[in-house]
Amino acid sequence: MYAGMVRVRSFEERVRELFAGGRIPGFTHTSIGQEAIAVGVATALAEDDYVLSTHRGHGHLVAKGGSLRGLMAELYGKATGICHGKGGSMHIADVSVGYLGANGVLASGCVVAPGVGLAIKRRGSAQVVLTFFGDGAANRGPFHEGVNMAALWKLPVLFLCENNRWASTTAHALSTAGGSIAARAAGYGIPGESADGNDVLAVWDAVSRAAERARRGDGPSLIEAHTIRWVGHFEGDAQLYRSKDEVAEGRQKDPIARLRASLEALGLLDEAHAARIHEAVAGEIEDAVAYAEASPLPAPDDALTDLFVHYPWRE
Amino acid sequence: MPEVRYVKAIADALAEEMARDERVIVLGEDVGAPGGTFGATRGLYQQFGKERVRDTPISETAIVGAAIGAAVAGLRPVVEVMFMDFIATCWDQVVNQMAKMRYMFGGQVRLPLVVRTHTGAGLNAGPQHSGSLEAWAVHVPGLKVVMPATPADAKGLLKAAIRDDNPVLVLENKTLYAMKGEVPAGEHVTPLGRAEVRRGGSDVTIVALSRMVGEALRAAETVAAEGISAEVIDPRTLAPLDRDTILASVAKTGRLVVAHEAWAPCGVGAEIIALAAEHRGAPRVPRGASEGGGVWGAMSGPPTLMVRRVTPPHTPVPFSPPMEKLWLPDAARIAAAVREVMG
Repeated sequence: MYAGMVRVRSFEERVRELFAGGRIPGFTHTSIGQEAIAVGVATALAEDDYVLSTHRGHGHLVAKGGSLRGLMAELYGKATGICHGKGGSMHIADVSVGYLGANGVLASGCVVAPGVGLAIKRRGSAQVVLTFFGDGAANRGPFHEGVNMAALWKLPVLFLCENNRWASTTAHALSTAGGSIAARAAGYGIPGESADGNDVLAVWDAVSRAAERARRGDGPSLIEAHTIRWVGHFEGDAQLYRSKDEVAEGRQKDPIARLRASLEALGLLDEAHAARIHEAVAGEIEDAVAYAEASPLPAPDDALTDLFVHYPWRE
Repeated sequence: MPEVRYVKAIADALAEEMARDERVIVLGEDVGAPGGTFGATRGLYQQFGKERVRDTPISETAIVGAAIGAAVAGLRPVVEVMFMDFIATCWDQVVNQMAKMRYMFGGQVRLPLVVRTHTGAGLNAGPQHSGSLEAWAVHVPGLKVVMPATPADAKGLLKAAIRDDNPVLVLENKTLYAMKGEVPAGEHVTPLGRAEVRRGGSDVTIVALSRMVGEALRAAETVAAEGISAEVIDPRTLAPLDRDTILASVAKTGRLVVAHEAWAPCGVGAEIIALAAEHRGAPRVPRGASEGGGVWGAMSGPPTLMVRRVTPPHTPVPFSPPMEKLWLPDAARIAAAVREVMG
């Protein structure tokens, strides 16, 4: 878990540098400060479980075991990217590790997930699907339609809200009536739980219990994990809308430092071990950057592929 | 050949495909025990059970979203959206998810799913229950769009759509549900992307969609008595459009009338006329003409190209019968347009 969170953080920090340095085109959203959720989820799920992600999805994919090389190359817009340069930061997917895609349209995963759940149920496997969404997305209609459908049909779906206090640049209190998103679960007759999203063990515990319930055939759960976004909504966001105190609070609740302190107190991690982990992760990230840098750009007419499975009218 | 109603042809296609492939499931409002708003899923619930034929909440976004998720995870869902007007409520799922997902994920996923929905005025259903919004769908890359005009095509195109590995929108005209027509017995699959010449002719080409195919055939009959030979083309599939068949006909006639229930601005008729204008004068249609825009090889001398659109007024569909009658294009108006292009 510790290495997992360090990997997510280091990846995102490197992405910020590369974006600022003009190596990564377009728009990008990083998840620094929210690593405990990505890693808590990925640790609680099995390898063949599915996740659906958001526009802030790099961390979810890194935690799920996606290729760092493929992901970094995708952010660079290279031909070797996981989506061959067609998706970019907000539209990544790596089906090989069950990551069925980030989504640029908020809460869309909430309605796609019941369908994945339906397929799981048809095939009779013990898999589950978890969809991430933000506190802002919880105010979109698909949240309601998807949770209702999954609850009604008792589908193996986990709805995981990452409440990072900000819907883009609008505060949670200014966008969400009733305050609690977890409390909405009661209206659908499913378990709703609020978890400390800066505590990887708390997230792991909540997701493990929800997954177990879903695997038993008892249907979906809603988990609201509270966290703090350390960075802006997007890279380059000046964040004039919030106080510096909040970022300071986030740093003070740093999920990585927190787990490290716990592990050290238990004698499970020491300075030297931690250093080895950081060094190994740094090596993986630099390997991914080198791969992305060395990879070719797509040929312009690669833009004409991947739309349909077959093109009989071209034959 | 046996005579079958259009709506029964749809139910038959669904039943045959569900029997053939157990990955095929049906989702939608009232599609289960009730058998669908217009009876297009009648008998399926009884035959295949509630796991494969699911009545859904009134949640179009979740219905289409779930179909996408199910398709990505290995099923072949067929969903029904009760009226095409309502597709506006789940348009994000259609345009941003279904149509883009394979492309933006670099080909990692397949989306073998079908969205059936109903178009068409003429039943006094009023402004929010009568729309023909095919142009919206045709505009979006990544979607296939079909509009069957006969019972045979209602069956054959739906079967092809279910077997296709890409998302297909099947737009059924609800005023055609009661229409009887011959449907070939046994396996009957109509390939997507192939137009049908419904009537041969040499003076003018009429391209008509859905219910307007029948009106165009009546118009062709009328003008034949006046010595005008009209060719009537039913594209059947609007995306990918069978450009070759349309261009070959227009190259022959030099006159083109398009007829549909959708509004004129940026409609499929406008697209077909633009296509004909771009390819005006081509001596023949080479292979591959179905792809790309205005790229074309050597032209022969440009003959004149006369065109007319037969479409409704640019208003919502009115409820009251006399107003709706004026609104809906018919054979008389198509015949009038044919006479105009004949000069």
